[in-house]
Amino acid sequence: MSDWALNLRAGMARAYARTVGATREPSWVVFDVLLPLLGVAAYIYYYRALGADPAFEGFVVLGGAMTAFWLNVLWGMAAQLYWEREVGNLQLFMVAPMSRMALLAGMALGGLFTSAVRALSTLVLGVLIFQVHMSVADPLALAAVFSLTMLAVYGMGMVLSSLFLMYGRDAWNISNLMQEPVYLVSGFYFPVRELGLGVSALATLIPVTLGLDAMRQLLFGAASQGLLPVWLEASMLALQAAAFFLLARFSLDRMEQRGRREGRLTLRWQ
Amino acid sequence: MAVRDHLRTLRLSAWLGWQIESNWARPLIFLTYSFIRPIAATLILVIMYLIIKQDVASEPALFSYVYLGATFYMFVSSVVFGITYVIHADREHYQTLRNIYISPISLYVYLIGRATGKVLLAALAVIISLTFGILVLGLPFDPLLVDWPLFLLTMVLGLACLIALGLALAGISLLTAKHSTSINEGVGGLVYLLCGAVFPITVLPAWGQAIGLTIPVTYWLELVRRSLYPGEGIELLGGLQDFTDGTILLFLLVSTVAFTALSLAMFRRADRVARQRGKLDMITTY
Repeated sequence: MSDWALNLRAGMARAYARTVGATREPSWVVFDVLLPLLGVAAYIYYYRALGADPAFEGFVVLGGAMTAFWLNVLWGMAAQLYWEREVGNLQLFMVAPMSRMALLAGMALGGLFTSAVRALSTLVLGVLIFQVHMSVADPLALAAVFSLTMLAVYGMGMVLSSLFLMYGRDAWNISNLMQEPVYLVSGFYFPVRELGLGVSALATLIPVTLGLDAMRQLLFGAASQGLLPVWLEASMLALQAAAFFLLARFSLDRMEQRGRREGRLTLRWQ
Repeated sequence: MAVRDHLRTLRLSAWLGWQIESNWARPLIFLTYSFIRPIAATLILVIMYLIIKQDVASEPALFSYVYLGATFYMFVSSVVFGITYVIHADREHYQTLRNIYISPISLYVYLIGRATGKVLLAALAVIISLTFGILVLGLPFDPLLVDWPLFLLTMVLGLACLIALGLALAGISLLTAKHSTSINEGVGGLVYLLCGAVFPITVLPAWGQAIGLTIPVTYWLELVRRSLYPGEGIELLGGLQDFTDGTILLFLLVSTVAFTALSLAMFRRADRVARQRGKLDMITTY
């Protein structure tokens, strides 16, 4: 079997385990579909209480939908190799003759299933319940920006995953740290431009900032107060995606070698 | 079981919880990690407020309402999360839940003890957040005006109510896969939405207000605000202006007792089902 075919099978197998696992334990539907909508609703009512323009409610729905992917990158990807090590699966993955990137790609693909269900339900229910108005003037551009965002964000997840391979409970804590602080600096619930040029520029290092800003511009037009032109944000996302995948490949190799030398690949309960 | 045994369980599980929480990093790094997340969550609301209202000074009572709600909400996430996460951590990560079950201790006391470290950290985060609000954002605050007895009584009842909520969710966690993050996020959303955490419940539709008025957290947050800002007009914002402090305290007491009874019943039921279905050593590996 060629390397490509083997890696493809490995990736699909990992995605299968995650997808089937989710369907066998269906309680996630409640936690990932209905409950997140409550948080989104709270932000919408908060804006209403402040007397904000209705476009801001749309920003909340979009941001709320995108949290699904960000959380999946953090917990289902970045911290996953750490978790696999804790439950004893990592050593099995390491002895299998497949690429680690294929394994992570499979995780991403499987994770995208539950994340997409959560994101779509947030979008649809948010729009229906709160009468949020979005206009998709250029669906191709929106699909392209979304795809590039996913590639860049999951690429970032792969890099973090390799780093977290070396960590103990730090991995869990860093993932925690990358939730609300990233929602804040990446402008999940408001135009990132409002944070000022310096903070916004720094925040563009996190791909979800650029993706969200571009999608807001494509869905809400001038009300979105975009940071950069959409074409430029899309180009930056493409560059980030490529850079993160290359970095992930390099970093995974390095961390695996280091892990083998230092005996960390089987170390548990650090 | 003797009170002395419970106190020993509480002390040792609190110590264990604190070690698990903190000994992975140097104290300064650990404290930084502990405070950044809750403070960022509060700042999201502050930024949203400033985008719409432009400044704090134009409506200080409204800003105080929002800021205090967001700040004291840290207790909700810390206490509730602190308790529910123990189930998944001990069952799947450390795989010690079975050992805890067969040891001669009260599981309730153990869970509460494990969450104690989180409560202390939340208290510190609240103090830091309030200091930041006063010094940087111009949050009006006069310690001489605070109704301290009401505040302390409110905090005791509020924490009891949050512990009860945590136990109920811990029971649910016994029956589910590794979803504690989603459970807490969802319950956090519920409190945000229905309890007037960051906006008056009068903004909600009538059915939402009705549900909100059955949840003790609504009364807890209202009393926290009133005790910290007596006579500053903040009591006119929350939708409970028709009730005196004493009446709301009574509502808080009654709803906390009812909520605690319900939570304990939920935990007992979930515990029984988890044992029947063999879920006490379930591991989520997908």
